[in-house]
Amino acid sequence: MVADNSSTPLSVTLRVWRQAGPDQPGKFVDYPAKDLSPHMSFLEMLDVVNDELTTKGEEPIAFAHDCREGICGTCSCTINGKPHGPGRGVATCQVYMRSFRDGDVIVVEPFQAQPFPVIKDLVTDRSAFDKIMQAGGFITVRAGSAPDANSIPVPKEDADLAMDAAACIGCGACVAACKNASAMLFVAAKVSQLGLFPQGQPERDKRVLAMVGTMDSLGFGNCTNQYECSAACPKTISHDFIARMNRDYLAASFRHAFKPASASTGGAG
Amino acid sequence: MAKLESKVPSGPLADKWRKHKAEIKLVNPANKRKYDIIVVGAGLAGSSAAATLAELGYKVKSFVFHDSPRRAHSIAAQGGINAAKNYQNDGDSVHRLFYDTLKGGDYRSREANVHRLAEVSVNIIDQCAAQGVPFAREYGGLLANRSFGGAQVSRTFYARGQTGQQLLLGAYSALSRMVGAGAVELHTNSEMLDLVLVDGHAKGIIVRDLITGEIQRHAADAVILATGGYGNVFNLSTYARGSNASAIWRAYKRGACLANPCYTQIHPTCIPVSGDYQSKLTLMSESLRNDGRIWVPKKKEDRLKEPGAIAEVDRDYYLERMYPAFGNLCPRDIASRAAKRVCDEGRGVGETGLGVYLDFADAIRRLGENGVRERYGNLFDIYREITAESAYQVPMRIYPAVHYTMGGLWVDYNLMSNIPGLFVLGEANFSDHGANRLGASALMQGLADGYFVIPYTIGDYLASHKPGSRPSPDAPEFMAAEAGVRALNARLLANKTGVPVDHFHKRLGKIMWEHCGMARNAASLRKALQEIPKLREEFWATVKVPGSGATLNQSLERAGRVADFIELGELLCLDALTREESCGGHFREEHQFPDGECKRDDENFAFVSAWEFQGEGKAPLLNKEPLNYEFVKMSVRNYK
Repeated sequence: MVADNSSTPLSVTLRVWRQAGPDQPGKFVDYPAKDLSPHMSFLEMLDVVNDELTTKGEEPIAFAHDCREGICGTCSCTINGKPHGPGRGVATCQVYMRSFRDGDVIVVEPFQAQPFPVIKDLVTDRSAFDKIMQAGGFITVRAGSAPDANSIPVPKEDADLAMDAAACIGCGACVAACKNASAMLFVAAKVSQLGLFPQGQPERDKRVLAMVGTMDSLGFGNCTNQYECSAACPKTISHDFIARMNRDYLAASFRHAFKPASASTGGAG
Repeated sequence: MAKLESKVPSGPLADKWRKHKAEIKLVNPANKRKYDIIVVGAGLAGSSAAATLAELGYKVKSFVFHDSPRRAHSIAAQGGINAAKNYQNDGDSVHRLFYDTLKGGDYRSREANVHRLAEVSVNIIDQCAAQGVPFAREYGGLLANRSFGGAQVSRTFYARGQTGQQLLLGAYSALSRMVGAGAVELHTNSEMLDLVLVDGHAKGIIVRDLITGEIQRHAADAVILATGGYGNVFNLSTYARGSNASAIWRAYKRGACLANPCYTQIHPTCIPVSGDYQSKLTLMSESLRNDGRIWVPKKKEDRLKEPGAIAEVDRDYYLERMYPAFGNLCPRDIASRAAKRVCDEGRGVGETGLGVYLDFADAIRRLGENGVRERYGNLFDIYREITAESAYQVPMRIYPAVHYTMGGLWVDYNLMSNIPGLFVLGEANFSDHGANRLGASALMQGLADGYFVIPYTIGDYLASHKPGSRPSPDAPEFMAAEAGVRALNARLLANKTGVPVDHFHKRLGKIMWEHCGMARNAASLRKALQEIPKLREEFWATVKVPGSGATLNQSLERAGRVADFIELGELLCLDALTREESCGGHFREEHQFPDGECKRDDENFAFVSAWEFQGEGKAPLLNKEPLNYEFVKMSVRNYK
């Protein structure tokens, strides 16, 4: 598809959530943004608005951003009710003003979910994702102890599927899009990626139990199969991975309940 | 005068690293937990170092200004990672990778460091595959490779167009495991604002918590900086907006030498600039040069025609014409300068005339649209999002952009700077890429440093310092450094009215790009050296930072970083002016062959320029580390 390539400038009104700090009340404030190039990115538009605010002596709008090419997962607003705004398979930093029309009112809010408290304006605290990863999002391999990479062949189909899951950028749009604030897509993506490799088998049960357990304890909700997560995901990660994780979780719980364990597992050598 | 001892071990090139590992001092396992190590930065080098040192038993404190270690800009590397595995049976070897990297760097890197890099490259792939990094594979289940610039073998491992992301997430997983195990204390949203020296040794850092504004003092037995490159000194670059040089710059001001700052890499294939509001440039991976063909019209008057309307005979596939042996896969510095040259001749395409075509029509004919999509689909998607054009139908328009900095803090063979106890890894150091980095070598170096070099070499330093000898964070040196940071922030916040930070960054970027970009000359550099101090003065007099330092304040963060970039930019230009030769990414117009290629001067410039801070307002001191090539003969690079 060759999209509209017109260069006619546009003007919009931003309706932005302003909140001075975590425990402060917030409110929407309107700001005009005039004569914008349609080739400008949404975040570049915010830069321009912020420069104007600074020049006027007002505090600029705090928003999270870094790579501005859709891979670091830092940017995180909800635009017109949709995490990462209009368009499918893009992050906020990849939204361009050509997606809007002259005269539009654009509503910009932080990601809203109880486990992601607001820090300031559009910036939220997503450290809960790190905590889930710390509980089990890894394959234990000490540097220097790995066998030759080609000594463990992995079927191409499995590697490709693992890559689909591994594309997750950890932005949290799946949580913000879900009415239950579920982190199932995020967790399922990592569980599936590592579970698809032979290298990931020894810790497969432990991993899924630990990650899901941590996810639950941090206040994320459950999946009720609406798939808003996949629809909002900037990497369009499939909700099929959630089903895959549920199977893993069930099997792991079952095995965990009946598996004989050595009394010395984890003991000193 | 700084003492610059490279500490390269003696003996045959291929035995140096093995011998060094066998001879350097060790810390016994029970003592390791008594040493605290600070690691600043959590990209490939920082995350892999923090995880590995914690695995060994050291107590690690990891600091990152991002809200999570996974956001570090290594995440954005697209193309791949080199390793001398020779899985393709195409004649690769450690020696060849070493030689290609050294030659690619235009003979301005340290021989022994580069050889070690090539040696450990094979271990990196093993490590990452074991971690579950989803590398591309062949149908038989074994790892796939592709080709990158500056090499005639296929040695690049990749994970679609997201290799950096996958390698970083592997290192992040390893780091997360150690955080979960309590072996790493993770400080996110924490920006290092000063290095603390006690008795001449690096013993801690001053940090600002970016959320609460709290200024903290952290002490340790050694400090590792893995904070990336300084390419944002050009404002527009492929770096992330937050990428900054403050950690290395403030270490420089504490006495660490900054080496070869003028070696900056301009990547040939980026999406051209479209307007003044632009905040960043986006890379189109070098891997595209495997199948895309670069051209411009032969005749100036064709430059605004639809590309499809320009007949084959009227196109100039200039890289294939000028460098038939390497063609579109010649090294980055060469491809960038060639693009500049054809645009300077008035044959550049697009509205601005600053663009060349990267055309996939032949590849689509050969592989089919789906074949091309399978290889580069995500890159074509990125291109469409930014330009609203489909590269399946019309050629991409590309132009060079700042992408990487080969210069950085000076380090010895152990990756220790001239400040004892201060180690520098990854892009933040200067050591392995010389004057030009080859594609797919940055990921290799970051992980080599973190997984396989620092775990050995840091022990050599720590072993000569008694466990428990680290100073208290309440020592006078820490209090003084904290007071300095507070004073600097107060100064940044002082102006009540004025100009936003961004304006200064944009102006600095323009000065740098115009006078110290792809081509440099003495007159132009002298002009930059007049303009930058003026800009600096104006910055302090008129910069407006709203809000307070006691909360999240993104303007304050940026102001501190831009203040440092202005100073670093000046040193960069001074280095470029002093280096009276052309080599790799540093092209001095006065020093070129008649065909426009770099003219190196090995007789007078075969050294590392290590700049030493002499105090505010004083000219920095130039220290020289001679580059002694024992095993390879320096020669003129030839890719023809």
